[in-house]
Amino acid sequence: MNASSSVLPSRWERFRDSYLLYSFKRDIVAQISLVVFIALVAVAVLAPWLSPMNPYDLAQIDILSSELPPFWIDGSDAQYLLGTDAQGRDMLSTILYGARVSLMIGFGAVALQALIGVCFGLLAGYLGGRIDAFLMRLADIQLSFSTLMVAIIVGALVKAIFGGATFSAYAVPLLILIIGLAEWPQYARTVRASVLAEKNKEYVDAARVMGLRSKRIMFRHVLPNTLSPIFVISTVQIANAIISEAALSFLGLGMPETHPSLGSLIKAGFDYIQSGSWWITLIPGAVLIVLVLSINLLGDWLRDVMNPRLYKG
Amino acid sequence: MALLEVNHLDVRFALRLSEVHALRDVNFTLERGERLGIVGESGAGKSVAAFSLLNLIAKPGFIAGGEVRFDGKQLNGMSERALRKVRGNRISMIFQDPMMTLNPVLSIGEQMLECLKAHRRISSKKARAIALDKLRQVQIPSPETRLDQYPHELSGGMRQRIIIAIALLLDPDIIVADEPTTALDVTIQAEIMALLLELCEKYNVGLILITHDLGVVSQVTQRMLVMYAGRVIEQGPTREIINDPQHPYTQGLINALPQMATPGEKLNQIRGSMPSLSNLPSGCAFHPRCDFIKRADGTQRPACTQQVPAFVTSGNCKVACHMVAELLDKEANDEARLKETNP
Amino acid sequence: MNAQATAMTDQHVPTQNEESTESLLQIRGLKKRFSLSGDFLDQLRFKGGKLVRHQEYVHAINGVNLDIQRGEALCVVGESGCGKSTVARIVMGLITPTEGEIRYNGERIDNLSSRALLPYRKRMQMIFQNPYASLNPRMTIQQTLEEPLRLHHPDWNRQTVVTKVEEVMHSVGIDPDWGKRFGHEFSGGQRQRIAIARALAVDPEFIVADEPISALDVSIQAQVLNLLMEAQHERNLTYLFITHDLAVVEHFGTRVAVMYLGTVCEIANTATLFAKPRHPYTQALMSAIPRLEDDRPQHIRLEGEVPTPVNLPSGCVFHGRCPYTNARCKQEIPVLQTQDDGTRVACHAVEEGRL
Repeated sequence: MNASSSVLPSRWERFRDSYLLYSFKRDIVAQISLVVFIALVAVAVLAPWLSPMNPYDLAQIDILSSELPPFWIDGSDAQYLLGTDAQGRDMLSTILYGARVSLMIGFGAVALQALIGVCFGLLAGYLGGRIDAFLMRLADIQLSFSTLMVAIIVGALVKAIFGGATFSAYAVPLLILIIGLAEWPQYARTVRASVLAEKNKEYVDAARVMGLRSKRIMFRHVLPNTLSPIFVISTVQIANAIISEAALSFLGLGMPETHPSLGSLIKAGFDYIQSGSWWITLIPGAVLIVLVLSINLLGDWLRDVMNPRLYKG
Repeated sequence: MALLEVNHLDVRFALRLSEVHALRDVNFTLERGERLGIVGESGAGKSVAAFSLLNLIAKPGFIAGGEVRFDGKQLNGMSERALRKVRGNRISMIFQDPMMTLNPVLSIGEQMLECLKAHRRISSKKARAIALDKLRQVQIPSPETRLDQYPHELSGGMRQRIIIAIALLLDPDIIVADEPTTALDVTIQAEIMALLLELCEKYNVGLILITHDLGVVSQVTQRMLVMYAGRVIEQGPTREIINDPQHPYTQGLINALPQMATPGEKLNQIRGSMPSLSNLPSGCAFHPRCDFIKRADGTQRPACTQQVPAFVTSGNCKVACHMVAELLDKEANDEARLKETNP
Repeated sequence: MNAQATAMTDQHVPTQNEESTESLLQIRGLKKRFSLSGDFLDQLRFKGGKLVRHQEYVHAINGVNLDIQRGEALCVVGESGCGKSTVARIVMGLITPTEGEIRYNGERIDNLSSRALLPYRKRMQMIFQNPYASLNPRMTIQQTLEEPLRLHHPDWNRQTVVTKVEEVMHSVGIDPDWGKRFGHEFSGGQRQRIAIARALAVDPEFIVADEPISALDVSIQAQVLNLLMEAQHERNLTYLFITHDLAVVEHFGTRVAVMYLGTVCEIANTATLFAKPRHPYTQALMSAIPRLEDDRPQHIRLEGEVPTPVNLPSGCVFHGRCPYTNARCKQEIPVLQTQDDGTRVACHAVEEGRL
């Protein structure tokens, strides 16, 4: 409020005094979640350098050392900290690589969702009228198909037309596309709702009176003011996308076992639970849960900090 | 003893980065049936003063010192249960936005009856009769049908009349009205104010009117307080303050009104703006905007920037201003000297 | 200003049908209604076994004619819902009128495309009511003020733009050092100064001010009003000033138009109007201003409240509340008629000499 003092606070000082940092410092859950999330992302990104072996490299795999238990169980091999799976791959390495794939698909799909959803939401909210009606009906139709259904149809079609080998080769971009397309209405609705609220504010009128074109008003004036709800739903959406991918992989419609994500690891190990090799499925499962939980808890905190009313337009 | 006494009231808000002192050393009294205006601009603390009377300040605000005495009993520090017997019953409030008091999903009748039954043991039939009578008093046409209507079916002016009727429902001793007509149009405002004034006089109800509008205060109240940055800076009979304001801020406020200047000429503005409560200037909080921190002969008056001014009595008014204090001292000295020279 | 006001009184006040060449802005036969019924599917209703299309409208403006002379400040007063802000927004092209035309310097502007309107945007600007909403919260003051200049002067280099921004900041009394800050760091009065600076940056000749001081504190209102008057003198501006505050009108306006339910009921020079209000509504409005002088307000009590603009009353829109109503008022819509002193009043009672 005190604008008359001439010393301008630096960006760092502003951040230091901000409510964001203040509430973060007081929220132990958010702190732990952030640490866990960053740690998981870091090891996933650095997987090629951290992991003891490369699970994609068939030459390093020894089928004789398959189904070895983790280190705390009798019969383990010190070389394989978390044991090995049915094909003799080191679990630790596959999990690191798998988390990498899962995160890549999660972030990629959310980026695509956000791109489509934000553009459609802005257009619908700002221009209104027929465009609004058309885009929102499109969103309704999209939402009436569940993500899994879209994925099953598209996946099955691609496999049928181009064959399983092509599907495996392009699995990551395909999954990003499928999950991205299936969930854009979430963004579109949230953005539209906050655009409708912002559109009636006088600064938008002022921009129109100035003579600015609609495109510039939408992207330069309205969009920056709808960022906080976008930010909040992004966290939820990343978690959702990772879960969707895991579900698809579990159903055999996602990542192939030669190039596993957390979901396909769980699926691969599922068959061996009966034979006592529970670690092949439970350890990746636990990693998935921790990853998704940390993202969701961060999202919860962010939603409380940022405008809570704009969430879920 | 006055009906309501506020002594050294001190209210603070514990914020994240600092503690804000919203009210400092506020003192005033209200006699039975008296009408008092509290005037100030946004951020002066006038609404906080009203809310703290009934201990209605929400967290992070709290009463840090002083007392509010009503009918001999201290209200702050009273249990919530005991306070409820005073709130709405003996002291009622009218807010700026009628929808703050009216529940949108209950009909007018339900709300009025609920209020009556919460404080008195009476039959529904009798409560309904009282409600109808109050609606008639606030001159609402066809009151029977209004009882079954919902707040959204009524116009702004009508809602505010209903609020007044609810405020009068339990025959309170005092009505605290926080900017009751600010959201309304001029013609409706005039009617509501006239109605409030009429009813207060008729039933000998005390009124504390909080407003930024000097015109309204001058028409309705008998005494007034002027607030600035959390302190009362001038208080006294309304007419005297309006006609002959002593404090430079009150003077500035009155002189800034368009009606005080010749049409088309420059208005007499006060420069600068109200300081933020978390960053008050030293000494008199008004000194950076004041034209009188220098004496007529051009010398600086150091007290203005160093010392918080105490109240001095000037006629029937009390003023917190070093300049006024100095002038009064000088007058007294001159008088004393005059008496010495010709006894 | 005083001299100007008297000069205005002597001037010939153009009547409705006359083509006046000297007025800067002409509003002719303006009507605006807003649909309450939503889109086509929402309008369909079942009535007596048949599907009928049911439409409801808010009649915000019902035939307004106004002329704004170069160099004057025309104030439009009225209570909430009388359509005064809608007039301002139509003039600025923020809303398209249902009927009628707006002429600027004789050229019709209400039907222009946004591209064709661009040269006019430089000449007419707007100041808004709420300084807390009229600045983009994500833009610095510098960015806010540079934007109109870059748009309207694409050939200017960076230095020219910065110099111009500094100059305009000086002229509204804000420190050029504040440029790097954001709007929320300022008080209401300071924000309104910034908003005024944004409007003045492109050197307009005509400014529409929609309740520019009603959201501000009393002591700040005087500052902003002084600033607007200063700007008018220095830049020879023409104002269309929308307000509900008659005290401000008396001080600021050259001429006043009083509006009620979407129609203009009286237009007069400020001094004339305040000395002798003719229309019964104007009289009631003036009597309701809380003044410091009088102890006991004796305002004219109007019956009832403003009717909804959805179902307009027949005849004179004011007849339901007017103490002078007769049969004619309930049937015939009064038109503005010029009186001896140049005031124009739309009232049957005034015309018939009953009042």
